[in-house]
Amino acid sequence: MIRITTLILLMTLVGCAGMGVEPWERDLLAKDSMQLTPDYFDNFYDEHIYFSKEASNGGQGVGGGGCGCN
Amino acid sequence: MQLKKIKGRMAVATCALLQAASPVAGAAGSEWDVDTSFLYYGEADGRVQAFEPAIRAGRALGDDDRIELRLVVDALTGASPNGAYAITDTPQTFTTPSGDSSYTIAPGEQPLDSTFIDTRIALGADYTQSLDRMSRIIWGANLSGEHDYFAMGVSANYARDFNNRNTTLNVGLGFNSDSVNPHSGVPTEFTPMRDSGAGKNVDGDSETKTITDFMIGVTQVIDRKTILQLNLTLGSVSGYQNDPYKIVTVTDNPATGLPVTGSAFFSGVNLPYVYEKRPDSRQKNILFFKAMHHLEEDVVDFSYRYYSDDWGINSHTLGLKYRYQLADSYLQPQVRYYSQSAADFYTHNLVLGADVDAGTGEVLVDYASHDYRLAESETITLGLKYGMPMANDSEFSVRAGLFTQSVNDGAVPAGQETPDLDAMMLQVNYSFVW
Repeated sequence: MIRITTLILLMTLVGCAGMGVEPWERDLLAKDSMQLTPDYFDNFYDEHIYFSKEASNGGQGVGGGGCGCN
Repeated sequence: MQLKKIKGRMAVATCALLQAASPVAGAAGSEWDVDTSFLYYGEADGRVQAFEPAIRAGRALGDDDRIELRLVVDALTGASPNGAYAITDTPQTFTTPSGDSSYTIAPGEQPLDSTFIDTRIALGADYTQSLDRMSRIIWGANLSGEHDYFAMGVSANYARDFNNRNTTLNVGLGFNSDSVNPHSGVPTEFTPMRDSGAGKNVDGDSETKTITDFMIGVTQVIDRKTILQLNLTLGSVSGYQNDPYKIVTVTDNPATGLPVTGSAFFSGVNLPYVYEKRPDSRQKNILFFKAMHHLEEDVVDFSYRYYSDDWGINSHTLGLKYRYQLADSYLQPQVRYYSQSAADFYTHNLVLGADVDAGTGEVLVDYASHDYRLAESETITLGLKYGMPMANDSEFSVRAGLFTQSVNDGAVPAGQETPDLDAMMLQVNYSFVW
């Protein structure tokens, strides 16, 4: 899986070189609602609850506090 | 030539405008962007309830750097499954984690330890250091404490923009050092729970665990309305990973699953339950994909995560949120589906004479746990959020969610299945500039 993902990431970097927008076309992308984590605490609480109830966690980033709840 | 000049000037002007509008680059020097939130989380059937207030404040430092501080308080009460399962015929008696009192569970009821109560306080800080126009590092630190668990973590995330800022490469490294200090000592793995007052089998006062995560990811702007994210995370956990309060039932008859009686070892002060044991190493691979798409008014937020670890757990998580724009506010229905396979060592019970030596009580398997969180399971969450932007860049929102978790126990005697868990959450947010 690691190799495949690395390949996908590399292909994304190379393949996406032609994609994207000009700076003046960022009107929608610049909105708060289009940020990758638009609602910090919604995401934070969800991750915290599921961490204590399920066997999987992580994926969105590294860091964050530990918890004795799992 | 003239056109090129105009294009160049427009780019500069647009950049300046967008930067002024962006909350990250635009916080005018002394202003703090503050998010406050309160969560109520409640499980049905008298299980866990949590009250969780939180605050986060961030501000720009100088031209390009930024600092963010967080505080979260987590107050928990209620009852938590102790690892044994319901049996239909007779009551079951267990000893509390302190070792000096006991509780009895009625026939047909899921064994829950109602002494579960805790308050956790977590502090966090991030510092975004701008390296140059296109790259930055976010340094992070986290600290949290509760009566039986203490966690410390540091992280560094490097981000670099390419391709006219349409592509961003993210590389992150995180390290956590945690310590577990259970009530009245760490129970010795695979030893029997003992009668209250008979002395708990303990192996020291505390144990430690270290967590290392490495992440590499890309975010890519596809067009004016679409942005994608793809992350690969490799995680490694080493050290103590048992749940010190969870036990596994010992039976001498797999057909009935009833706790063993009439055993020379599991009699008197030794109850027919042993403390669980998990491996002290866990390697995780996680693939996370996210897509945000703007429909001019509404926004679709889709995510998928594939998780796999060497405990045998594989999971799929799908998330979908649709932000429906109203005149001056928005509604956002949310749905999440989660499905996981069981850990290799998840077991309903241990069988005397096969998994456990009948004479000495020694457990002969390497690992065993009946923690329902390591079982094959599915979780479905439905939620709805209402958000209302207000004057002076402030916003109020409220969110409610319901979730159901169902465990597939496999072939187990009737009446011993893990019941579904139903829970609800209610969250209120208020954000403002100060």
